[in-house]
Parts: sequence; C-alpha cells; structure tokens
Amino acid sequence: MGLASVTSISAVLMILGIVLVLILSINNVVNDTKLKFDEVEVFLEDDITDFQMTTVEETAKSIPGVISIIYRSKEQALELMKQDWGEDAYLLEDLETNPLPNSYIIKVQDLELAENLVNSIKTLDGVEEVKYYKDIIDRLLTFANYIRIGGMIIIAVLVFVSIFIISNTIKLTVSSRKREINIMKYVGATNSYIRGPFIIEGVLFGLFGAVISIFIVYYAYSYLYANMNESFYNMFTFYLISPESILSDIAIIFLTIGAGIGAMGSILSLKKFLNV
Amino acid sequence: MIRFVNVSKEYKNGVIALYDINMEINKGEFVFLVGSSGAGKSTLIKLLLKEEGITRGKLYLNGTDITRVPNRRIPFIRRKLGVVFQDFRLLPNKTVYENVAFAMEIIGASPREIRRRVPAVLGMVDLSRKASSYPDQLSGGEQQRVSIARSIVNNPPVLIADEPTGNLDPETANEIMKVLVEINNRGTTVLMATHAKEIVDSMRKRVIALENGRIVRDEEKGGYGIEI
Repeated sequence: MGLASVTSISAVLMILGIVLVLILSINNVVNDTKLKFDEVEVFLEDDITDFQMTTVEETAKSIPGVISIIYRSKEQALELMKQDWGEDAYLLEDLETNPLPNSYIIKVQDLELAENLVNSIKTLDGVEEVKYYKDIIDRLLTFANYIRIGGMIIIAVLVFVSIFIISNTIKLTVSSRKREINIMKYVGATNSYIRGPFIIEGVLFGLFGAVISIFIVYYAYSYLYANMNESFYNMFTFYLISPESILSDIAIIFLTIGAGIGAMGSILSLKKFLNV
Repeated sequence: MIRFVNVSKEYKNGVIALYDINMEINKGEFVFLVGSSGAGKSTLIKLLLKEEGITRGKLYLNGTDITRVPNRRIPFIRRKLGVVFQDFRLLPNKTVYENVAFAMEIIGASPREIRRRVPAVLGMVDLSRKASSYPDQLSGGEQQRVSIARSIVNNPPVLIADEPTGNLDPETANEIMKVLVEINNRGTTVLMATHAKEIVDSMRKRVIALENGRIVRDEEKGGYGIEI
C-alpha cells in the first residue's frame, strides 16, 4: 500500500518537473531576449536610395534614447549567420543569392523608447520591416503565463489526488492501531503526540517519492539536453537551461512538496480517529 | 475533588441522559455509582473524562472549572484521572511492563522515572512475576490488575473505574476490590460505577444511586439497595 502512495507522489512530482523545466526554459528565453532588447533591427529594401537611407539615419538620430546606429550589409549579415550556425554553416554554402537584407542595427537605452523609434521609422520609404523585440517578449510572457497557470491547475489537482491516496493508505495503518490510539487518548496523550509517528510515516513516503522523481526528472532531462540542445538552438536560437543549474532547485521543490503531501495526508487520515 | 452543580446532559438525538445532577466527592473518598443500565452512569463518567460536553450546569475537578475547556486542554485533564474499563483495554502486542510504561511515555516521563516507577506499581498489584508476559497469557483478573497499574502509574488524584469487575468471577472480583481499596487507602479518590450488588453491600462505602438520569439516593456506608 505504501507503494501506491510513493508512486502517486512521484507521478505528481514528475509532472511538476516537466512544467518547471518548461517555465524555467521560457524564463531563460525571455531573459536572453531581454539582452538583445536594446536593439531594433531595421531591414531595408534592396532598391533603397541613398537619400532614403540618409532619411532613415537622420530620423533615428533625432529620437531621444538612441545610442548608436550601425549599418550592416547583407554580406556581413550572412557572415554572422554562418558564425552562429557553427558546424551546420555548410548548409548556407549552397545559396545562390544572398537572401538576407541590408539593415540598420539601432541600439537604444530602453525598450519603452524603442516603441517611439519603431513607429517613426517603419513608415519611411525603403524600409521593409522593423524587427522589434518587445512583441516577442510580450508574447513569450503571455505564453509563459499560460503554461504557468495551466501547470498550476494540473499540479493542484494532482496534489489533491495524491493527498487523498496517501491519507487512505495511512488510514489503514491508523485503523489497525485504533485501539492503541483510543487508549492513548484515555491516558492523556495529546493529539500531536499521537499524530507524530503517522506524520513521520507520511513524510517518509513523500520524501521517498520525491527522491525517485528527482532522479527520473534529472536523468531524463539530462538525456534530452545532451541530445537536443544544439538542434534546439538552431531552430529557435536559444539554449535549453542546463540540467545542473536546475538540479538543486528541483530537489528543494520536490522534497518540500513531497514531504508536505505526506504530512497533509496523514493529518487528514487521523482526523476522525482523534475525536475521543 | 469532583463537584457536579446542576449538571444536565442532553444528547443531540434528544435523549436526556442526566438531569440536574448535584454531587460532591471529596478527596480520599471511595464512592460507588450504582444504577441499572441506561440510568446514566456511563454518561456521568464520560462527562468527567470530557468525552462528552455538558448541556447545562457546572463541573469542577480539583477546584478547577472544567465545564467547558478547549480540546487541546482535554489531555491534561485526563492525566488527573486514572481510568479502568470493564474490557481492560490493554495492548495485545505489548508486555505487561510495556503496557504500564506506555502510559508514562505518553506524558513524557523520563526513562529513569519509568524504570523506577513501573516495577513499583506492578508490585502493588502483585504482578511483578508477570512483567514480561503478554495480555493473552494472563487471566481476566490479572489483566484487570495490569489495567489498574496503568491507570495509577502516573499518580492521578482520582481513579475512575467503569464496571471493573463486570467480566470477572466473584472471587477474582474480590481481588480487584482489594487492590482498589488499597489504592484508595493511599489517598487516591476512587469512583466506581458498578452493577455488582454483593460487592457494594459488603464494602459499606458511600453509594450514589442513579435512576433515569437523576440521583435517587446518596448515602454514607450504603448498600446497593433493594429497589433495583
């Protein structure tokens, strides 16, 4: 019967682990993106005139908060891309023409100022597109919130279920010791004295379940990390968070929640028996 | 020591188990509580043990008002009351010694105190030789003596015995009574609920008779009474 408790706690924690890794990875992406935050990329049309280019530069300079304006030609852009892709760069060798546009990289002090900048530049002639990270970050944050809320709901339900399972398991032990508890009450044992051993039992179930799920989540994620990190970066231009950096967080969270579920379960299962 | 002032008890289902009970039991007394089944003896004991709440009236133990106490204080009230039951209520998987020591462990006595006190109490009920036996290896009378030893091991000022001889033959019952009297002689107040006419008649102690939830008789050196 203890097996059921340990398994249900491990299952809850493993799902919690998946949600945690997702949330942490998204936070990582958000922070990563925030570092690129001070940049606004202005992509130019190939047939832009010198006059139009000067207008773009002048407009940008006139806006407060702009630190620098750097011109990046399409050749430079391709070169940077090759560097970024590293080993996979050979894929770019086969290109017949360079598909990348010329661009301005405009650094700003603060993203709030960038909004103003973007609005005045994107309507200028010769500007194809303005890439602006605020949208992306906003979208990421919304996405992260959905995952967080969804994850919390799933976890809350599962925590509830496993408290129920563990309280039923312990109820079996309790009812087999009903007589003893009854006698203890008559001799003047306090409720906390009677609860003690049962809470320890519940907490041990919880901790045991937590240790199992820490191992599974850590090794499963390490495997995923080792095999997927590079291709992930190429696809989405961000790195997965490293397993080592989340191990201690996950361990603390899992052990706490596991122990909590165990303790709650045993307190619930004892409630009925303590009323003598 | 124990004082009931106009105590009534009405159960949730409307049954009135005790009606306007007034009684005072002094320190060192030996009191029989008699009456037929359903007269209210058990309810009266349950009120003392705080197993049931009081509907009306006041209840004092040792000068303290225990009419209404928060749940967390109940264990500390029970530590002042040793209890012996008709069915002994021993733990089958513990030896005689452990059953008695258990009551001391619960209230947090030190191992040294336990090692000193348990053998002394077992000697008092004449069970020193059976210390390492298990309850199912003992006769009914011996089991009841273990339960008495457990009830007095923490030196409560009051011993409550609910039909302690109910499951025993007359001879064994007499043994138990001797033990209870001895405990009483050492200064413990004893309140014993019983059906056993012969015992009450032969002891000539104070008798409180209950009938339909009321006290119908309270006399010093009384007998069981012919009317029941």
